[in-house]
Amino acid sequence: MVQYSPPPLDASFAALSDSTRRGVLERLGRGDASISQLAKTFHMTLTGMKKHVGILEQAGLVRTRKVGRVRTCGLGLRRLKDEAAWIERYRQLWDARFDALDGVVEELKAKEERDGRDRQ
Amino acid sequence: MDETGNKPAPKDRTAVERRSERELVVTRSFDAPARLLFEAWTKPELFMRWWAPKSAGVPLLSCEMDVRPGGRYRLEFGRDPSSAMAFYGEYTEVSPPSRLAWTNDETDNGALTTVTFDEEGGRTLLTYRELYPSKEALDESLAGMEGGMPEQFDQLDALLATMGGGGQ
Repeated sequence: MVQYSPPPLDASFAALSDSTRRGVLERLGRGDASISQLAKTFHMTLTGMKKHVGILEQAGLVRTRKVGRVRTCGLGLRRLKDEAAWIERYRQLWDARFDALDGVVEELKAKEERDGRDRQ
Repeated sequence: MDETGNKPAPKDRTAVERRSERELVVTRSFDAPARLLFEAWTKPELFMRWWAPKSAGVPLLSCEMDVRPGGRYRLEFGRDPSSAMAFYGEYTEVSPPSRLAWTNDETDNGALTTVTFDEEGGRTLLTYRELYPSKEALDESLAGMEGGMPEQFDQLDALLATMGGGGQ
């Protein structure tokens, strides 16, 4: 049976190894915010928050856009992990499911064969 | 066959393909006639034996199926009934032994699921297809598997903890 094993550490997870950055993502999950709003929420300097947002942005977890003098942050398209890794995890679930289904249909097959023999 | 005479490693028997922005397709070939696969998919007592394998982590507590067009189904997952998570919807197509389709109504962005069983020479190619209303709905479903961001963060926290990188 295929067991789900944690995917290797990558840029996304490295970006998330910091509790402030995880907090920023949770905050952005509820709606976009400017860097200065985030700095205020997390009691940090603007420079410190810019650094965190930069790391999240590089990992594809956050996107930013500048309108006038304000830089607004939102959740990135990449979310937490590469799509390929999510698809592989999904495949593992289905593979395990289908292994179990295989067991069930093999049993049904064997039963049909037995019943067929009994009728002869 | 490998040198021990066992079946080949199951690694690549199940294929998943994102066929379009909104569509996810899982395929697998079975050494059984289509009618048995259809039966295993439409009888609750059989369905419950395979839909939630141990590695999926969450047991299937109950399963109700009224398998006919317009009939409804309801699956409940969880460790105990008080905190069970329900999945439900309606069968839109029931054509034994080759085709089954249903809606997923537990969220507004649920997929339309279609399963086809194509039998040839005693073997059956099973194709499971999820068609989502939007690209975002598919992304969300893949990333969260079930549910949205909070669960993802829970999983992530657990994962980080196992890697010793909790960052607290």
